[in-house]
Amino acid sequence: MKITGSALKKIAGLAGPFVGLILVITIFSFMPEVSDRFLNLANIKSVATQSVIVALCALGMTLIIVSGGIDLSAASNLALSCVLVAYAINLGMPPLLAALVGVAAGGTVGLLNGFLITRLRLVPFIVTLGMMGIARGLAKWVAKNQKIDAPLSWLNELMVRSPRPSWLLVSPGIWLMILFSLVMAVLLRKTVFGRHALAIGSNELTARLCGVRTDRVKVAVYTISGLLCGLAGVMEFSRLTVGDPTVAMGLELDIIAAVVIGGGSLSGGEGSILGTLVGVFIMAFLRNGCTMMGWPNYFQEIIIGAIIIAAVTLDRLRHRQE
Amino acid sequence: MPEQSLLSLTGISKRFGPNLVLDSVDFDLRAGEVHALLGENGAGKSTLIKILSGAYKPDRGRMLISGAEYRPTGPLDGRRQGIAVIYQELNLAPHLTVEENIMLGQEESRLGLVNRNKNLEKIKKVLEFLCHPEISPGIPVRKLSVGARQVVEIARALASQARILVMDEPTSSLSQEDTRRLFEIIRKLRAEGVGIIYISHFLEEVLEIADRFTVLRDGKVAGRGLIQETSVEELIQLMIGRRISELFPRLPHQPGEVVLRCSGLRSVRMSRPVDLELRRGEILGVAGLVGAGRTEFLRALFGLDRLEEGLVMVAGQKFRPSHTAVSIECGLGMLSEDRQVEGLAVRMSLADNLTLSRLKPYLRAGFLNGRKQKAAASEWMDRVNIKARSPEQKLWTLSGGNQQKVALARLLHQEAEVFLLDEPTRGIDVMSKAQIYELMGRLAADNKAVIFVSSYLPELLGVADRIAVFHRGQLVEVRPAADWTEAGLMKAAITGRESDPVVSGERP
Repeated sequence: MKITGSALKKIAGLAGPFVGLILVITIFSFMPEVSDRFLNLANIKSVATQSVIVALCALGMTLIIVSGGIDLSAASNLALSCVLVAYAINLGMPPLLAALVGVAAGGTVGLLNGFLITRLRLVPFIVTLGMMGIARGLAKWVAKNQKIDAPLSWLNELMVRSPRPSWLLVSPGIWLMILFSLVMAVLLRKTVFGRHALAIGSNELTARLCGVRTDRVKVAVYTISGLLCGLAGVMEFSRLTVGDPTVAMGLELDIIAAVVIGGGSLSGGEGSILGTLVGVFIMAFLRNGCTMMGWPNYFQEIIIGAIIIAAVTLDRLRHRQE
Repeated sequence: MPEQSLLSLTGISKRFGPNLVLDSVDFDLRAGEVHALLGENGAGKSTLIKILSGAYKPDRGRMLISGAEYRPTGPLDGRRQGIAVIYQELNLAPHLTVEENIMLGQEESRLGLVNRNKNLEKIKKVLEFLCHPEISPGIPVRKLSVGARQVVEIARALASQARILVMDEPTSSLSQEDTRRLFEIIRKLRAEGVGIIYISHFLEEVLEIADRFTVLRDGKVAGRGLIQETSVEELIQLMIGRRISELFPRLPHQPGEVVLRCSGLRSVRMSRPVDLELRRGEILGVAGLVGAGRTEFLRALFGLDRLEEGLVMVAGQKFRPSHTAVSIECGLGMLSEDRQVEGLAVRMSLADNLTLSRLKPYLRAGFLNGRKQKAAASEWMDRVNIKARSPEQKLWTLSGGNQQKVALARLLHQEAEVFLLDEPTRGIDVMSKAQIYELMGRLAADNKAVIFVSSYLPELLGVADRIAVFHRGQLVEVRPAADWTEAGLMKAAITGRESDPVVSGERP
């Protein structure tokens, strides 16, 4: 295959996050305390499994951020879905139907976000800040402010480390993550919808001048992201085996951080699915490594905070060079 | 040389990568003269000024101020050595007061405490000299008019004892009255022995205010001389290197059947409904003062503003322009008056901008074919003469003229039947302007129709077949271009009626 100048440039554009990921992995694999345990297959599998939930939400968040928006309600939305799945199972629904209820709930919250943003002409920050409280409150209401226990079913095997049909190699959750990453990457880069979302994020006025139905695109963007949050909620239920309304508190900031570390710009028009995934894994490997080293929690928080600032600084420098 | 030069540049060269931007340029300025520096966008004027101010270092050449070697280490040093540059977009801190702005970086102080009385005294003297004693030193700059802000900027230069003043397009955002007052100030400064380098696209003004001129073209001096012995035509010819009659090329075209008819069209931003017809092969010019409703009319037609009433018919198809998607579907295409803010997504690539309004041809089984899209963009780059390295280049890296051609190519690419062009030649170089005029002619010859809004009357008269005039939100008159004169258009735009004499106090 011929490598064109533009392809090289794209690789260089992704290099920043990739270098970060490799750096994190290298550093921990040379730490004498953990080196033998860090880079083995079992650990990588476990890091990947832990990443599924953040990754699914971050895929949707990438789409939103690329189109110039933000979604602060992502984690609350996930919690609502998680609770509803448990609730539905307790009502006697088959597991598949219960999972669909969770995904649909996520989609509804997203749709509502989209409608409020486009109809009321409010900024996404405010609308989703409000929705963050509403969805979290609903989740607690449905769960009567406690965890909902639910009978075990195949749903609880989506996130296990060793999948039951062993030819799956990794948990179904990881396969879903890979599948939806591919779907979202194609959606963003290869469809008219994706191009329109990108154009809206780059300059909404121009998009309108070019006949883009900006309101419709935005509603779709938030709905798709909501559906993915709903799916993440199903995965959360699978992992916890209970519906917990207080799960994923503050996770929306991790999700946004993953997108930003991966090259997404909060002013819109920039970001990629691959970059976001790298961002998710940088944070996951860091957490995992720090935990293995026995470093305290606050240490991880400081490091991740510093990485967010460093990533954005590097990004800015790269742009200046252009 | 009879008088010693205040400033003399010899053999200045500057290269950016492969581009030789300045090629051994000589320039000199005497004390007490206004020297016009002219040239198209991209001719090298800005680079020369930046070298002069100390922002860039020349690759070769010498600079002397009053006979002494001048080698600025940076803009601050240039300023200290007596050179003040007043840029097109003013460099004032809007929240600070007039006093704070003028004295910024040169405050009179003792032991770190600002000596306000001394400052105020100095400012009062300077503002009086500039014939603007009414500007109060205590008010924040953001509350001043553009003209007054410019005075503040000049005051800052004077307060720093500048001997050489560079003015870059000082009148581009001034009213006529403010321009007149600015010229008084310039004459006063000249009498005081200040040397002024005056850069402007408005050649009539240059003829009025300057003593000598130097024209740059492609980084070289194309000509220099005394203003008294030249004319606008000669200056333009020096700037573009060809005859002015070629600037408005008239391609033969014949108005045919009616292609656009709008009846009773009124958006929320218009005061009166508009009825208008446009034929194939016709260029309709639209004149009027800024804010007279020209842009609002185009936006209503294109579905950008919410509609109150009215219908549009394009090529036999009636529709209500409720959304741009509908208008584009029906064959309209619009070029926005503001390239940077609305017209283009400057952080996206050239190819994306060019094809955004019609992505269908690049779809295969619902998926975009990026290679095909880029190939098409390359083809359009050749067709409308866009100078860029590749279709993937980000748009903000292109010059204004090339950006505008991308915006126009987008309308061609979307295969519009009726082109709505709002100030298509604003802020671009003469060459690009000529190419855009030619393009409009070609469109008309190809049986398309063009509505061309402009504030520059000569280009309306030179390019349009008919000209409509807007006044206070109302379409007041449409006539063949041959029946209009520049004075007539001006009068109609200002008073709302062309035929009647201007009676003071009369309002239509």
